Amino acid sequence: MQQSTEVAPGARVIPNVVAPRPVAAPAREASTADKPAVIASDLWAYFGDTAAVKDVSFAAPAQAVTAIIGPSGCGKSTLLRCLNRMHETAPNTRVEGKVEILGTSIYGEGTSATVVRRHVGMVFQRPTPFPTMSIRNNVAAGLRVAAERPQSRAGLQDTIEEALKRAGLWEEVKDRLDDSAMALSGGQQQRLCIARALAIRPRVILLDEPTASLDPLSTQKIEELVYHLRETVTVVIVTHNMQQAARVSDRTAFLLVGELVEFAATNALFTAPKDPRTEAYITGRFG
Amino acid sequence: MTAIPADSAPKDRRRLAVHRVEIGDRIYEILTTACALVVPALVTAIAIAIFAAAWPALTKLSASIITSSDWDVGAGRFGAAPALFGTIVSSAVALVIATPLAIGVAIFLSEFSPRWLRQPVGFLVDLLAAVPSVVYGLWGIFVLIPMLREHVMPFLRDTLHLGATPFFSGAAYGPSMLAAGVILAIMALPYISAVSREVLLAVPRSQREAALALGATRWEMIRDAVVPYAKSGIIGGIMLGLGRALGETMAVTMVIGNRPEISASLFAPGYTMASLIANEFSEATSDLHLSALMAVGAVLFIITLIVNAIARWLVWQVSRERAI
Repeated sequence: MQQSTEVAPGARVIPNVVAPRPVAAPAREASTADKPAVIASDLWAYFGDTAAVKDVSFAAPAQAVTAIIGPSGCGKSTLLRCLNRMHETAPNTRVEGKVEILGTSIYGEGTSATVVRRHVGMVFQRPTPFPTMSIRNNVAAGLRVAAERPQSRAGLQDTIEEALKRAGLWEEVKDRLDDSAMALSGGQQQRLCIARALAIRPRVILLDEPTASLDPLSTQKIEELVYHLRETVTVVIVTHNMQQAARVSDRTAFLLVGELVEFAATNALFTAPKDPRTEAYITGRFG
Repeated sequence: MTAIPADSAPKDRRRLAVHRVEIGDRIYEILTTACALVVPALVTAIAIAIFAAAWPALTKLSASIITSSDWDVGAGRFGAAPALFGTIVSSAVALVIATPLAIGVAIFLSEFSPRWLRQPVGFLVDLLAAVPSVVYGLWGIFVLIPMLREHVMPFLRDTLHLGATPFFSGAAYGPSMLAAGVILAIMALPYISAVSREVLLAVPRSQREAALALGATRWEMIRDAVVPYAKSGIIGGIMLGLGRALGETMAVTMVIGNRPEISASLFAPGYTMASLIANEFSEATSDLHLSALMAVGAVLFIITLIVNAIARWLVWQVSRERAI
């Protein structure tokens, strides 16, 4: 079922979405060379005694989309969850190594996981709107604890509107902001979660298989959204869907049983993989 | 149709066996339906019996049974307003004390407690529900009431200067609305706490993670994501506790003082409908007296029915919002 939902829209989307990329690419290359937004060095993540992420080092460029691909259980979600310190919220877990977000070490002494998460937003595989809240309050949910929160009621409205516009949901919900979030479709709920994450103006946003539970049309909308998000925020997206990675990302990391096999510009990785394991995976010989 | 081979005969025999199973299903269905019907039938029968027995008093005394404070068996006057007042106030006091405590216990056990502590503490709280109410009554008389009289009441009235309000003024006798409220709080607590704990534990991990990913602290996560999600269940637990408090008889009778007066002060003795019935049914010799007690029972029945209906409605209201 998943195969068909993912491959079908891909064939249609590639020409539209990927075409403008060469135009935008040079500018991004320049900023990439300047300062990567996310740098992981010698990163290990454990569940109990089992290492799910093994000695991974990579650097995600600022204001670009970095995709993490790999077969199920390869540790790609765990790797993502190390980037905003969500991994440690599960019992019996441990992280070793270093992660720098915009030059700040997030595992350094005296850093607070909750403050880190206000700068590094996250959206999950299944939409997780707060079911008892209205659409408006869902978007505002993070603002109650955000680092820079709007001072006035009007400022709050502007922030909510801006977040919903950035998430491409404003036109669909502007007349019913006080309806329950559960009245939205699955795809709309997921974009609401993206709006909720964007409302607190994170510098980096992490997407953990954001389209895995969505239909092809909703998937396409989210992919277009991700493609445009790079203009304002650094995106790291985990996906088990290679076409999706090819469509939306600038750089791609290929993970296999917790190890980073290859990390390269997306075009290069998909057209000329250097590692034979990468080639085997992207040509569909396993996973 | 023409191509059926001769060896298809055994299939017919199998169909007979299937037929027998259907009979079993039918019997099972009738049995379970009967069981399910017995319960509402029983409740209806009890309600009819109570109202039939209460009918003479209800027609003769009409509304005065809940509006009048004059309960004089010899004169044939039966005004149970103080008992109605006492039932409602003692239960309200119980909820005011028990709800924050029970939700606090539930939040500790579901969110903060280390795993090894969760089971034993939860078990001890559940055990509160297993203690017979007469034991609570004894404890109330010999421990709670002296403690209230010597320490708590003077502290509230004089040290905190709450004596200036009518609610905490007057002499501290001991047996009082406050004592009944405290006892009822202890008895309602395990119900509220057990239900709240279960619904808090049932909040999906994804909801917790969604709040944490927004930069919420643990406390903010509980406040903004976990408790709202579990709200309907918690309200259900509170209503269950309220049902328990409204109907509790023995322990309350032992500590409330059994004085049929309406007083604003929680330090004053009071009465409840359940205690009134329990105290008087054995000496109710006249028909009207007995019928009046039945009428009080009917009022209590209706009140608990309304409380439960409101609880259902609240839970339904919240869960319907979520189901859309």
